[in-house]
Amino acid sequence: MTVSIIVEDLSKRYELGALQHETQLRDQLARFLRAPFRRRAPKEIIWALRDVSFTVEEGEVVGIIGRNGAGKSTLLKILSKITYPTSGRVRARGRVASLLEVGTGFHEELTGRENIFLNGSILGMKKREVDAKLDAIIAFAGVERFIDTPIKRYSSGMRLRLGFAVAAHLEPDVLIVDEVLAVGDAGFQKKCISAMEDLRGGGRTVLFVSHNMAAIENLCSRTIWIANGSVRLDGPTHSVIEAYMATFSTAGNAASELSAVDGRRGGGEIRYTRVEFLSSDGQLQTVTRAGKAIVVRLHYRANEPIERPSFGLKICTELGTVVSDSSTWLHGLDIPLIPAGEGYVELEIDFLNLLPGRYQLSLWINSCVQSHLYDGLENSVHLDVEETPIYGSSRRIDNRYGVVFFPQRWRLAGIGSGAAIDADSTADAR
Amino acid sequence: MDEWIAEIWRAREILYFLAWRDLKVRYKQAALGVAWAVLQPLFTMIIFTFFFGRLAGIPSQGVPYPLFSYSALVLWTYFAVTLSQVGNSLISNSSLITKIYFPRVLLPAAAALGGLLDLVVSSVFLVGMLVYYRVTPHWTLLLTPIFVLQTVLLVLGVGMLLAAVNVRYRDVKYTIPFLTQIGLFVTPIIYPLTFLPPRFQGWLAWNPMTGVIDGFRACLFGSHVGVRVLVCSWIVTLGLLLIGGLHFRSTERVFADIV
Repeated sequence: MTVSIIVEDLSKRYELGALQHETQLRDQLARFLRAPFRRRAPKEIIWALRDVSFTVEEGEVVGIIGRNGAGKSTLLKILSKITYPTSGRVRARGRVASLLEVGTGFHEELTGRENIFLNGSILGMKKREVDAKLDAIIAFAGVERFIDTPIKRYSSGMRLRLGFAVAAHLEPDVLIVDEVLAVGDAGFQKKCISAMEDLRGGGRTVLFVSHNMAAIENLCSRTIWIANGSVRLDGPTHSVIEAYMATFSTAGNAASELSAVDGRRGGGEIRYTRVEFLSSDGQLQTVTRAGKAIVVRLHYRANEPIERPSFGLKICTELGTVVSDSSTWLHGLDIPLIPAGEGYVELEIDFLNLLPGRYQLSLWINSCVQSHLYDGLENSVHLDVEETPIYGSSRRIDNRYGVVFFPQRWRLAGIGSGAAIDADSTADAR
Repeated sequence: MDEWIAEIWRAREILYFLAWRDLKVRYKQAALGVAWAVLQPLFTMIIFTFFFGRLAGIPSQGVPYPLFSYSALVLWTYFAVTLSQVGNSLISNSSLITKIYFPRVLLPAAAALGGLLDLVVSSVFLVGMLVYYRVTPHWTLLLTPIFVLQTVLLVLGVGMLLAAVNVRYRDVKYTIPFLTQIGLFVTPIIYPLTFLPPRFQGWLAWNPMTGVIDGFRACLFGSHVGVRVLVCSWIVTLGLLLIGGLHFRSTERVFADIV
């Protein structure tokens, strides 16, 4: 394989003082008059990037992830030559196009058609290329009727579609994309992602920065995680994302102490002390991802022997809709006696088909023989379910699309002959 | 340096589209459209003719005063208006600079070229005036493009310098109108250079626009122009172009960081 991008020991330093003050000559003059011989106060120095190195092979699609301010954007700006590194260097083969924004250089007063030419030219297309692709661009954007209208009359969605349409027809050797898919309606996002998938198929090198983990996971075979200006992890997308997501949730999400929770009900003969979320192999799980297995381990302390109790767990959405309410009693389990002391029960969920979002957990222990509540904790633990490529697509699917998802697939065989579309979704495969 | 120029050459289509954008946008929703290119020097000429030609009786090298002042105003208006656009070309396109790479010098260059349309339109009116006042054209008329070119180079040189400084110090934005206002009086626009005492003529020669205006008029009307004035003017023009270009090139890498 030939190498497409080489990044060597890239560092970028910003001097905060220089950026924020002194943009008026007056300030400098005033300081000079006040203390002509004093040396300047040292400026605050920020290293946006520090010794970043990696190589990208031709045709590779590499995701770049990291928190806001980690240095991703600086890296992209250096790769696209907008800004220059303080030290180190970048080499890229062939035509590099960068999309740090959709519709760069669009002018409100110009028509859609005029903006296609302007934007295309700024992005590096020759005029005859734009001429040749004009119809395709207009069709992709779906703005045929408004193409000779100034874009100040466009909705923000139309403007976005037009911008992406131009970008999708660039045909560069290296494409650098920053988070353009985060915006736009669902239908348009779909178009963007299939355009990105075409790029991947076309042997083009793509660097893709996004906060949308599902899109990264679906599009990129390799991912680089930038933290505090350095490469924290560089490897197969799946493992990098897992490691990255793990830093998001504090230990509190993997386990919650319950001993000190206020406002609990019940007699208190037995109390929950702690709840833990484990993966199926018994490890504490800091990130709970949609569609994966999960074990909820409920620790208790019994102050006296308890006869015939039932342990229960209820999952609600943040708005209070009950998603699941289950207990050992409902499962037909009979627990004759719990001796005094500590112990735990586990609820093992094979397939947590909750859509990404936050859920509230309520826990209780009651008696199966008399109507007596030993312990009751209302919404005292939350569970954050993180995104995965649900249905095997890269769409950002979260709890706007409902609460649960099923192992399901669309079949398109009935559309008619020639419909060789394989669109089986594969939620049940994972 | 070679690489720099080669890159600019490869990106020449962007120059064209940026200049085209500036032109399109300038006259969108302006009812009088490109007529503004004539109205501005025309009204200035009328005011000048009344106050300086009639009331103050300033000589005009044997040419009718309206023609005398309008001919200078054609170039001066291009210089003043375009210089302001070139000087602000980087900060007014900051969204482009921070989002995409292309040779930065195309922004001031596009602004300088965009202003030429106005110059062409106001020149057409000048030709009309030449006919109206029955001025016999001299063969030197063919040399006028040299002075137009010199004005463009001057605007580019000074403009690149101002634009680059403007990125860091917005004071430049306020300096430009002030500079051009003073320039209107220290350039022989209202009066012929010979109207001044010889001592001042020598000083004024170092204002590059003095040579441009004097030379332009000499070509139109066949009047006399000092070689020293022209040489000074070209030296200063090329010097400013070099300084502007070098300063621009040495600072363009940080534009995106501080604009």
